[in-house]
Amino acid sequence: MAKKSMRTAINEAIRLEMRRDPTVILMGEDVAGGQGGSADVTDAFGGVLGVTKGLYTEFGPSRVIDTPIIESAIMGTAAGAAVSGLRPIAELMFSDFIGVCYDQIFNQAAKFRYMFGGKAQTPMVMRSMTGAGLRAAAQHSQSLHALFTMVPGLKVVVPSGAYDAKGLLIEAIRDNDPVIFLEHKAMYDLEEEVPDEAYTIPFGEANVLREGKDVTIVALARMVRFSMEAAANLSKLGIEVTVIDPRTTSPLDTDTILESVAETGRLVVVDEANPRCSFATDVAALVADQGFKYLKAPIKLVTAPHAPVPFAPNLEDAYIPNAAKIEAAVLSIVAAGGRNAA
Amino acid sequence: MQLDRDTLAESYRTMATIRAFEERVGADSLSGLIPGFVHLYAGEEASATGICLELGEKDWIGSNHRGHGHCIAKGSSVEGMMLEIYAREGGLCGGKGGSMHIADLSVGMLGANGIVGGGAPLAVGAALSAKTLKTGGVCVGFIGDGASNQGTTAEAMTMAVVLKVPVIFVIENNGYGEFTAVSYHSGGIDLAARAASFGMEAHKVDGTDFFAVNELAREVIAKTRATNMPAVIEVAVNRWHGHFTGDPQAYRSAEELATVRLSDPLVIFKKRVIEAGLLPQELFDKIDGEVADRIDSAARAAIAAPPPDISTVTTDVYVSY
Ligand SMILES: Cc1ncc(C[n+]2csc(CCOP(=O)(O)OP(=O)(O)O)c2C)c(N)n1
Ligand SMILES: [Mg+2]
Repeated sequence: MAKKSMRTAINEAIRLEMRRDPTVILMGEDVAGGQGGSADVTDAFGGVLGVTKGLYTEFGPSRVIDTPIIESAIMGTAAGAAVSGLRPIAELMFSDFIGVCYDQIFNQAAKFRYMFGGKAQTPMVMRSMTGAGLRAAAQHSQSLHALFTMVPGLKVVVPSGAYDAKGLLIEAIRDNDPVIFLEHKAMYDLEEEVPDEAYTIPFGEANVLREGKDVTIVALARMVRFSMEAAANLSKLGIEVTVIDPRTTSPLDTDTILESVAETGRLVVVDEANPRCSFATDVAALVADQGFKYLKAPIKLVTAPHAPVPFAPNLEDAYIPNAAKIEAAVLSIVAAGGRNAA
Repeated sequence: MQLDRDTLAESYRTMATIRAFEERVGADSLSGLIPGFVHLYAGEEASATGICLELGEKDWIGSNHRGHGHCIAKGSSVEGMMLEIYAREGGLCGGKGGSMHIADLSVGMLGANGIVGGGAPLAVGAALSAKTLKTGGVCVGFIGDGASNQGTTAEAMTMAVVLKVPVIFVIENNGYGEFTAVSYHSGGIDLAARAASFGMEAHKVDGTDFFAVNELAREVIAKTRATNMPAVIEVAVNRWHGHFTGDPQAYRSAEELATVRLSDPLVIFKKRVIEAGLLPQELFDKIDGEVADRIDSAARAAIAAPPPDISTVTTDVYVSY
């Protein structure tokens, strides 16, 4: 197996599925790049951060479609194409731009199947960049997974690395419901072992990255990395934590979370998003509702503050949850409830 | 030429300031001194300068991600802008916005915008305020050729026509929306004609010619101010740099890259004014020198300034809470 970046893994997933299934198309702004330009190139960019590079060259303009900057039409076209025979992968460059086109996702694509009495299938994937860390400020840095997770009819995938991204994206493309696939922009260059061939990772199955008896940490995307960093540091202090990456927020693997809390009795949820009505509060509510009897200490949430993402690097670094904040949250409840016997 | 000598000199100073500002910010972005995305306005100076010359204190402008030139032309302090772009304390937005979100409400600058098409409806709103509050002001909404395709732009134009508010949409057509040429992204249609079809007077002008821009702007803005009828100006400009700093521009031919700077709005301006005997070459040289010094000291001051205080991460979310 070769080491590949998350960027390469995502590119491979799209490429393999487009080879396998001629109804899969890719559309979005500059997914190829350079159309109509004087240089007569056809694949000048491959997406603003180069994720879809080379796909136009292999599949041509009828399957790799550069669009104008018209997100409502991009998402609506994808939804309409999906109910009528194609399997579109529609790219929303930054997930913040969902503000421009949310209707086509949440009133249209998400609702067809139910409103039409189970008759429709909308096999589209909306791929989009999420997360802070690039000094891109308030309109290019948000973590909006909760906005999609709250909508019945949408499936929501938030991968935490290259291996998962490839398997989950192939699963998403083959899935017959609308899937929101959120790629953390600060993780594109992170490398992992990734097989060359196609493979799938089922939705609703959490990945347990590390098992420890004292505290359960549930985290998504980049926060999984920070939680693993915190776990290593805590281990040096003799505190062993379990790190769970649900991988999909809808469906959510509630069993794995509850089973782990049953063993540890303590829960920390780490979420890069704003704290109100969020993934963090959702998991906390799940455990408070169904796992209260296991709890030995208060549930702790490590999140961004209730504020937009700031531009200045020192402010943004203070804004984003990090390993130190996760360690502090863990220590606060281990101290409160005592460590568990080995 | 209807402009007096002082106004000519000041207009040149504004254009030269925008140029020098952008060249400095571009270099410091590439070297890593400036964080985040930076979109340069170099090459398009005559558009913002020629139009904003016809605006006063009670007038507003709305801007986009390529907003430094709009800001400077509307009268924002380059020192405050530099502090913001370098992410420093005392920046126009306290270091919270950066290049893509510079706003200076004190001079009628409604804000750059990170959302393509986000600004057009806001410009209609400012024009509605001006009309309702009877300030006599107008609002100019600067939008790109790419943004002209957005649904929000179409809705804003419809709203402006229906409400009869004093807004002038200025479509700065620099040939590209990001890395895609206008011929592809707009399907080869005439952007001014499309705007006109909403029910407004629409005009086109060569944006390398400050005088052509300014004369048209004077006429159109005066009419909109007097009648509350919205209007459109499509300005043909050249984007000298990539979409953002660091864009290798593989989609532009060697020939295009070699010729795109040939019609330099500053050079064209100077030539016209010197040939007409209105201002001497020496004055231009003097202004260039002063501008270079000002930009250099503003950049140095920004680099030396402290970052914003960490406690400000959670301030300014609400007026009261
Ligand atoms: C809603 C939205 N879609 C896409 C983008 C990404 N983006 C930023 S600038 C830009 C191109 C805009 O082109 P144009 O309006 O012509 O302005 P120019 O950059 O040429 O000045 C794009 C696609 C964005 N910021 N917002
Ligand atoms: Mg443009």
